[in-house]
Amino acid sequence: MSSSKQPASTSFKAPDSSRLQLDEQGRLRHFLTVESLSKDILTEIMDVAESFSSVGHQAVKKVPVLRGKTIVNLFFENSTRTRTTFDLAAKRLSADVINLNIATSATSKGESILDTIRNLEAMHADMFVVRHSDSGAAHFIANNVEPHVSVINAGDGSHAHPTQAMLDMFTIRQVKKDFSNLNVAIIGDILHSRVARSQIQALNTLGVKDIRVIAPRTLLPSDVGSLGAHAYGDLRQGLDNVDVIIMLRLQRERMGSALLPSEHEYFECFGLTEEKLAYAKPDVTVMHPGPINRGVEMDAAVADGAHSVILQQVTNGIAVRMAVMTLTLGHSKVAG
Amino acid sequence: MNILIKNGRVVDPANGYDGVQDVFIANGKIESLGTEPAGFTAELTIDASDQWVMPGFVDLSASLREPGYEHKATIASESKAAVSAGYTAVCCLPDTTPVLDTPSVAQLILDKAEEAGYAKVLPFGALTVGLEGHTLSEMFALKKAGCVAVSQAPKNNINSQVLRRALQYAKTHDLLVVLKPEDVLIKDRGCVHEGAISSRLGLAGIPVSAETVAIAQLIQLAEETGARVHLTGISSAKAVSMLARAQFANIAMTADVHAHQLHLTELDVGTFDANYHVSPPLRSASDRDALLAGVVEGILSVSSGHQPHEAEAKQAPFPSTEPGISSLETVLPLMLKLVDEKLLSLSQLVSSLAHGPSEILGLETGCLSVGAPADICIVKAKETWQIDEKNWLSRGMNTPYLGHQMKGRVTYTLVNGRLVFGK
Amino acid sequence: MGETLSAVDVEDIIDTMAGELAQEMKRKKRVDPLMIGVHTGGLWVAEKLHRKLGLKKPLGEIDISFYRDDFSRIGLNPQVKPSQIPCEVEGENIILVDDVLYTGRTSRAALNEIFDYGRPDSVTLAVLVDRGERELPLHADIVGLKLDLSPEKQVKLTGPAPLVLETNRN
Repeated sequence: MSSSKQPASTSFKAPDSSRLQLDEQGRLRHFLTVESLSKDILTEIMDVAESFSSVGHQAVKKVPVLRGKTIVNLFFENSTRTRTTFDLAAKRLSADVINLNIATSATSKGESILDTIRNLEAMHADMFVVRHSDSGAAHFIANNVEPHVSVINAGDGSHAHPTQAMLDMFTIRQVKKDFSNLNVAIIGDILHSRVARSQIQALNTLGVKDIRVIAPRTLLPSDVGSLGAHAYGDLRQGLDNVDVIIMLRLQRERMGSALLPSEHEYFECFGLTEEKLAYAKPDVTVMHPGPINRGVEMDAAVADGAHSVILQQVTNGIAVRMAVMTLTLGHSKVAG
Repeated sequence: MNILIKNGRVVDPANGYDGVQDVFIANGKIESLGTEPAGFTAELTIDASDQWVMPGFVDLSASLREPGYEHKATIASESKAAVSAGYTAVCCLPDTTPVLDTPSVAQLILDKAEEAGYAKVLPFGALTVGLEGHTLSEMFALKKAGCVAVSQAPKNNINSQVLRRALQYAKTHDLLVVLKPEDVLIKDRGCVHEGAISSRLGLAGIPVSAETVAIAQLIQLAEETGARVHLTGISSAKAVSMLARAQFANIAMTADVHAHQLHLTELDVGTFDANYHVSPPLRSASDRDALLAGVVEGILSVSSGHQPHEAEAKQAPFPSTEPGISSLETVLPLMLKLVDEKLLSLSQLVSSLAHGPSEILGLETGCLSVGAPADICIVKAKETWQIDEKNWLSRGMNTPYLGHQMKGRVTYTLVNGRLVFGK
Repeated sequence: MGETLSAVDVEDIIDTMAGELAQEMKRKKRVDPLMIGVHTGGLWVAEKLHRKLGLKKPLGEIDISFYRDDFSRIGLNPQVKPSQIPCEVEGENIILVDDVLYTGRTSRAALNEIFDYGRPDSVTLAVLVDRGERELPLHADIVGLKLDLSPEKQVKLTGPAPLVLETNRN
């Protein structure tokens, strides 16, 4: 069989969101995924976030940079935590914020996403922060907004959660300074995790050479190697000589769909205790996107212990989201 | 009406013939080849110089959307698109509303097709009542009403007990059973091939085992019951080799592949392009190559898998879009492209589109034998055309080939010796 | 390329500024002031002034990128740096230092930013160069050098060592 060549009627398209999320000068216009973004852009996001970290220390915790802009938090899936950080980030930038929980309102009345978008654009929204249970939802919306509107992905299905990944990278940079010599392990439900996908892409781009994912086979993507990570089924092996451990949240519904037997057995095999922490390097850093299921993903002693930077992640979350909002809106200006 | 098709290259693999010859048509049948019958006066002469004269294509799998989904397409719109693409007969799946599980729905479809006057529409009756997978449909009545097969496609929501009994019952009435090999529990909410793309985009994957587990079960059941089973729309290399072995063991099982599966792969999904959301999913390049090998070796026929949709059906985040391509009009150019690239011979093309499907359905078409119904298409292989709104007849514009240049176009189509399409 | 203002010794000017600044603060009875330099040129000048005056409070630095009034036209300055004000602003006497005073927009942004940290008792503005052509009602208390330049010319401080004033045709 000699049909290895690609028929010309189909153009080869590797996944590449650059055309959609960068403008003609190669600057961020939307922030949909970490994939295909350069190291320079990721570094710029962290640098700008660094500048914003001082705003939280001001008496008036606000800068006027996005004064007069209208940002719509468009949440098709409920998440008070994530929405709050975006809300606060927008307000610290002096933008006007509208929070819409569409999970229960418009779409259940049969209104399509496009109708919702058109309506909000008619009210002169400048940015949509989108959370949706379908992978690709943010891409879909970005493909359908007017040219002056920016879209930030606040989590789409199992696809991407780029702001969470960037706040994690920002936190790692604060603690470890340099990415190139790190061993990083991500533990948990990689298969369904938009956070893990974005983290793996960001870690790869930033030059981390050893990225490991630790999970039972039922919770790993089929082609995890193509993501640039090594899979481990054994926690002890996976944690050996690791500098950073990123825990993922385990959703309860995984038990119901026969992916795991019980929380108890999960904790026994993949839960993080102080004892198991000893497999990693002595100065290991432990991260978790929150909220933690204590006793399922890790025990309280680790979550609240000296290695944990979980609250630092929360603080950084606001600065990173301020950075991404400022960069995308700063760059999406059309003439006039 | 007496019709003469002059000077065309006649390609008829059923009779092992390929050469320039005149075709004489009278009373809806092929009257003679090469020599003019005594007393023949052509009322219409078609000059087919530099063109190819082929038996009309027979599509083993299309959803025509009527009754019930006329906002997507109608029998009139799609059977017109079919003849413009060289199809003279189209099998329609029973996924209508109401479901094609009673003679009255079958009759309605046949009446609509006759009224439209383009391609023959050959209904597949539902295998189970309401396509719900519980109760056997009245297959004998459906057969009497004109159904050429019974089918659970495009679903496969049927448990092994009901499936086994349905095959036994269909065998009783010598009915072909058309199934989409898909284990719905393994498929779950999957919407793309489980592989590189599902891993990267976080889309729920459909493993190859969703197809092979279903085929393994069907091979056993077909062998045990003796029923004739046709698998429509297979997608994996493993499925091709399983079929080859089953056919070698003389199990009455045939299969088809959708033409676009011979070209596209999972990578074409790119970044969530819903035009590539199809069922079965686009798989890897090696699967695509094995499917083509299956066509070359005669293990597989080629179908359109035609699924026309209204624009809104594709305007949503990828997993929430409806699967399917409006594909009737791209099958021939896609197949000719393979011929151009010398991956397929012209006679293999005709076998896979016309003769093969006719044999599976037990029709006397699919060949240009004297006495056979004059279901014929004439093709200008070198003509290029662009896919755009004015060159497109299907009501569904959901094709990933929109805007592409295609090579090879039908100039005339005859159904039962009647000119139903001519440019 | 820039054209160096060869007749100008920046070190000398800063020396003079330090003397004037000390006098001014003394006259207004503003003791133990907090000096803040504006990124990047203003900070270089402030570092020298801070040392020459022997101020006790550590030097503060601000980047006014997030306070600019032209963000919606030109977007974010990619070299934005964090602002660091090491002690409380509330009730303090501030010396704000910048390199070039021109339209007044940078000083306005810097004042806005400082006030978001708290309410100072006073702000004294010291600039290395005042090139005129103000667009806002602002003036500097201490001016190192007055330049009369045509609008198409730009003046720029390069540094940090040595500090050199350059002009160039835009």
